[in-house]
Amino acid sequence: MSISLEEILSISHLARLHIDEEQAGQYAADLSKILAWVQQMNQVDTRGVVPMAHPLDVVQRLREDEVTETDQREKFQTVAPRTDRGLYLVPKVIE
Amino acid sequence: MQDLSVSQLAAGLDRGEFSSEELTRHFLHRMQAHRELNAFITEMEEPAILQARRADQRIKEKKHGPLTGIPLAHKDIFCMDGTKTSCGSRMLDNFVAPYDATVVRKLEQAGCVVLGKTNMDEFAMGSSNENSYFGPVKNPWNPGHVPGGSSGGSAAAVAARLVPLATGTDTGGSIRQPAAFCGITGLKPTYGRVSRYGMIAYASSLDQAGPLAKSAHDCAYLLQAMAGFDARDSTCMDEPVPAYTQVLDEPLQGRVIGIPDEYFGTGLRPEVKDIMARAIAWAEGQGCIVQPIRLPNTELAIPAYYVIATAECSSNLSRFDGIRFGHRCQAPKDLHDLYRRSRSEGFGTEVKRRIMIGTYALSTGYYDAYYLKAQQIRRLISTDFSKAFETVDFILGPTAPEPAFKIGEKTDDPVTMYLSDIYTISVNLAGLPAVSVPCGMHEGLPVGMQLIGNYLTEGRLLNFAHQYQLATDWHRQCPPGCMQGSHGE
Repeated sequence: MSISLEEILSISHLARLHIDEEQAGQYAADLSKILAWVQQMNQVDTRGVVPMAHPLDVVQRLREDEVTETDQREKFQTVAPRTDRGLYLVPKVIE
Repeated sequence: MQDLSVSQLAAGLDRGEFSSEELTRHFLHRMQAHRELNAFITEMEEPAILQARRADQRIKEKKHGPLTGIPLAHKDIFCMDGTKTSCGSRMLDNFVAPYDATVVRKLEQAGCVVLGKTNMDEFAMGSSNENSYFGPVKNPWNPGHVPGGSSGGSAAAVAARLVPLATGTDTGGSIRQPAAFCGITGLKPTYGRVSRYGMIAYASSLDQAGPLAKSAHDCAYLLQAMAGFDARDSTCMDEPVPAYTQVLDEPLQGRVIGIPDEYFGTGLRPEVKDIMARAIAWAEGQGCIVQPIRLPNTELAIPAYYVIATAECSSNLSRFDGIRFGHRCQAPKDLHDLYRRSRSEGFGTEVKRRIMIGTYALSTGYYDAYYLKAQQIRRLISTDFSKAFETVDFILGPTAPEPAFKIGEKTDDPVTMYLSDIYTISVNLAGLPAVSVPCGMHEGLPVGMQLIGNYLTEGRLLNFAHQYQLATDWHRQCPPGCMQGSHGE
């Protein structure tokens, strides 16, 4: 199992992480090693085994459609890096 | 005072031998005197004193419960309204939580006094506490060794008698392994037993909060107050919470204990194996029936875990975008640059590595080979356990293959680090409860045994652990550097 530098850069793009070319080599080595080790899962024949996504067999609970949360926008925005009149500010997206 | 149990502390408060404020000042003083352990990220002296005074008032008015006025520390993964909640990360170094986690709220209602927020591996990803942005925690038994992780600050704080009780979370062993490394008792409840609301998510199908304390008896009090249904966590169980402290004295006669071959293989240090043999002999002496069992897919638990947990973390941690809260990079040139640089600067190496693995495992073309395969292995592991529990009440083995390793010993090789969780990880995949109990020492470092039970058998696990602790004094051992009494004695 070997992950190329191109793959590292493509995954880092998907994950929205900045990885420069120098670090990419280390990531490629680490991920290759970890994924090679993960491949031992292939020793087991799992045909027909139902995947287990969750430890409990539960279904999503339903509740009455009523208001339970109050408006706390101001409080929640106190931890935001930049806001203006209740809006979150980001760099210009549309020219 | 720091060696007293929760019930002794409660009795002392009740009888007026000391006030909660005196108790709180005593432990605050110890916390400050042992800053070299780096067990706390945030100390909360002033609010703690105020909480203690309120507790004293409740005690005076006889409106108190068993935990009213007892000091406690929260792992810094639990949101606490108005308090920095960093999750051990630079990403949240500036984050003051705007609401309380359910666990925090419940323990506040119980009257606990919060002394501070404990250090941890960043976003609970780690087995040694070396991944914290706030620096590694030292093992109180030997400062050159790790305390385990990720709840290493909580475990070290309890072991060093800086606080009688602490909360932790366990995704792959993060309560049990540090409890074992620090010589204390730690319980990972059944998945869904304790609400995850307000607990910063790492891998949501595995994460579970639980108690860390000196003894099983103390853990029973803390779990009692933490557990229970919460409409705000859709995976929280709607099951009554038994009175855990009421079942601790049941005799163990006739309980069937399974010893898995796979937990005693080549990876286990011979000294730990000998210590386990003595614990097993003790159980036989109590009239337990000990029999060998097989958990054939144990070795595959770690690779399956590192696919499932990383996949879930890559999704969970996408919320850290530098926009709504958390770290934002300087002068982003566009939105994409803002995301990428904020996240790269905010997250540490191991967190980024896990996000990368998880993103890869979930990406087009690899999903079936990694994520789906891991979920199938998860089913096999869970089935191994359910088969075992058809014939046994408990499964007993070591918590970790060796005592606490040296700081820096495993940091160069992620896979070696991951292997230190071999006995704990499969329990999370299956969602079962398990407790780690101190059962010996090797070269001045504690060794823990792990007892695994079927779903919702926390009471029985604590019953076994309590009986063991009535007969042994491993849980009473105090690290030599932390024994001196201080202010208030």
